[in-house]
Amino acid sequence: MITDIVIDLVKIACVLGVMLTIVAYTVLVERWVCAWIQDRIGPNRVGPWGLLQPLADFGKLVLKEDVLPRHVQKFYYTLAPALTMVPALLTIAVVPWGSQLPIAGRMIDCIIANIDVGILFIFAIASLGVYGIVLAGWASNSKYPFLGAVRSSAQMISYEVCLGLSVVPVFMQVGSLNLMKVVEYQAQHTWLILCQPISFFIFVTSAFAETNRLPFDFPEAEQELVAGYNTEYSSMKFGMFFMGEYSNMFVASALMATLFLGGWSLPFAPFNAPAQTLAIGLIQIGVFLAKTMLFLFLFIWVRWTLPRFRYDKLMALGWKIFIPLTIANIVLTGAVLVGLEVMKANL
Amino acid sequence: MYFPQIFKGLWLTLKHIPKRKFTRQYPEEKPPLYGDYRGAPVLVRDPQGRVKCVACQLCEFVCPPKAIRVIPGYRPEERFDANVEKEPKDFIIDMLRCIYCGYCEEVCPEEAIFLQRDFSITGYKREELQFHKDKLLELGGVRADSIWKWKYAGAPPPDAPAAPERKPEGVVQL
Repeated sequence: MITDIVIDLVKIACVLGVMLTIVAYTVLVERWVCAWIQDRIGPNRVGPWGLLQPLADFGKLVLKEDVLPRHVQKFYYTLAPALTMVPALLTIAVVPWGSQLPIAGRMIDCIIANIDVGILFIFAIASLGVYGIVLAGWASNSKYPFLGAVRSSAQMISYEVCLGLSVVPVFMQVGSLNLMKVVEYQAQHTWLILCQPISFFIFVTSAFAETNRLPFDFPEAEQELVAGYNTEYSSMKFGMFFMGEYSNMFVASALMATLFLGGWSLPFAPFNAPAQTLAIGLIQIGVFLAKTMLFLFLFIWVRWTLPRFRYDKLMALGWKIFIPLTIANIVLTGAVLVGLEVMKANL
Repeated sequence: MYFPQIFKGLWLTLKHIPKRKFTRQYPEEKPPLYGDYRGAPVLVRDPQGRVKCVACQLCEFVCPPKAIRVIPGYRPEERFDANVEKEPKDFIIDMLRCIYCGYCEEVCPEEAIFLQRDFSITGYKREELQFHKDKLLELGGVRADSIWKWKYAGAPPPDAPAAPERKPEGVVQL
C-alpha cells in the first residue's frame, strides 16, 4: 500500500519534471526554429548555444515586479493563471508515457492513472482550460483582455466539439477509451494515422485551435488586441500563462502521438509489445517523447508559416466544414466496421 | 480550398531552416561604416598640441538638439596668444541629446570639432554621457592637417603633449 503510494508519487515527480523541462526547452526551440525559418541564428548567448536561456528567462520572470493593477478583480485575476496551468498538468496523468518498467521485481506501468475513461477525463479537464482565459479577460477589467476572452470562449467551445467528435472513430475502432489500450491496439495492428487520416487531420487542426496557437491564436492576436487576455499580467503571473500555453501544447502533442502515431510502440519487435526488460521500457519512453517532440515541432513550424485566420473564417471552418466532416467520418467508420463484421460472419 | 497553399508554405519555411543565416553577431562583428559616417563629435588639438577651440560658441548656437554647452574662459596668462584668443573653460556635449547631424563640425570656424566614427556610446549613468572638455580632447587627440592657426607664432605651452614633427604643407593626414 505504502509502496504503491510512493511509486505513484515518484511517477508524478518524474512526469512533471520531464514535462516542465521539455516545456521550458520548447520555448527555446521555438525561438530557434523561428529564427532559422527567418534566416537568423536565434538565441545563442546564454550558455553553450544558448542552452541556458530558459533558466535566464525564468529568473527574469521571477525577479520582475508583480504589478497588480488597481482596476482588476483581485481574486479572479490571481486565480486565472493557475487555472490555465492546472488542466495541462492534470491531463498528462492519463497519457501513457511507456508500456511498463520492470524495477526490483515489480512491473511499473508508465502511466500515472490507468483509468478506463482516459480520453473523456482529458476532454473534461481540458475544457476547464477555457475558464483560465475567460476569467483573465473578465477580471482584468480592460477592453483588450475582454475581447480576447470573448473570442477565445467562442473559439474553444466550437473547436471542442470538433475535437471530441474527431476522435470518436478511433475509439469505435479500438473499442476502449483507455489510452493504454489504444496504444496496445496500435502496437498489435497498425498506427491509427493510416486507418483514420480524416480523424487525424481534424484532431490536429482542432488541437491548434484549442491550444490557441497560430493560425488560430485569436485570444492573443497581438496585432489587434495588444496581448489579448494576458495584457494586464506581468511577472510570474504572465509566466504561468506562458507555461500553461506550452504545457497545453505538450499535452496536445502527447495525445496526438498516443492516438495516431502509436504512442510508445514501434511497428517491429520487440517494441510492439509491452516491455519485458528495463532497457526496452526506457527506449519505449524515449520513442513516445520523440513522437511528442515531432508534433511540438509541427506546432512551431506551422506557427511561423501561416498567418492568422479571419475570425468568421475560423468559425465557418469549425462549424460548416469540420463538424459535418467528423460526423460523416463517424458514420463511415461505423459502416466499415459493420461491413467487416458481416463479411467475417459470412466467410 | 487553401490546403495546397498551406503545404507549399510549410515546404518553403522548411527549406529556409538549413539556409545561410544573415545575423551579424554584433559585439564581435562590427558593421561596416561607409566613408563619411558621422559618429560622436569630439574636440581636437593642433599638431603642436594646442587646443584649437576658441569658445566662439557657434556650435552651441547651431546645435539643433542643444546638446553642446560651452563655458568660455581665457587662455592661460603665459600663452603668447593669451590676450588674443579665448579658450573654453569647459565644453560639454550631452551625448544623450546629440543627433550626430554634424552641424557643429560644419559651422566651426577653427576646425576644432569633428565627428568621429564611434557609434557605440554607452554608460550606466546619465552623468557618464555628459562628455566634458578633457574627455572630448582626449577622444579627439591631435589632428595633423593643414588648417593650423598661429602655425609660425609662439612656442607650445610647457604642459602640452610633445608636438609631432611638422608635416610638409598641403598634405592632409586624417
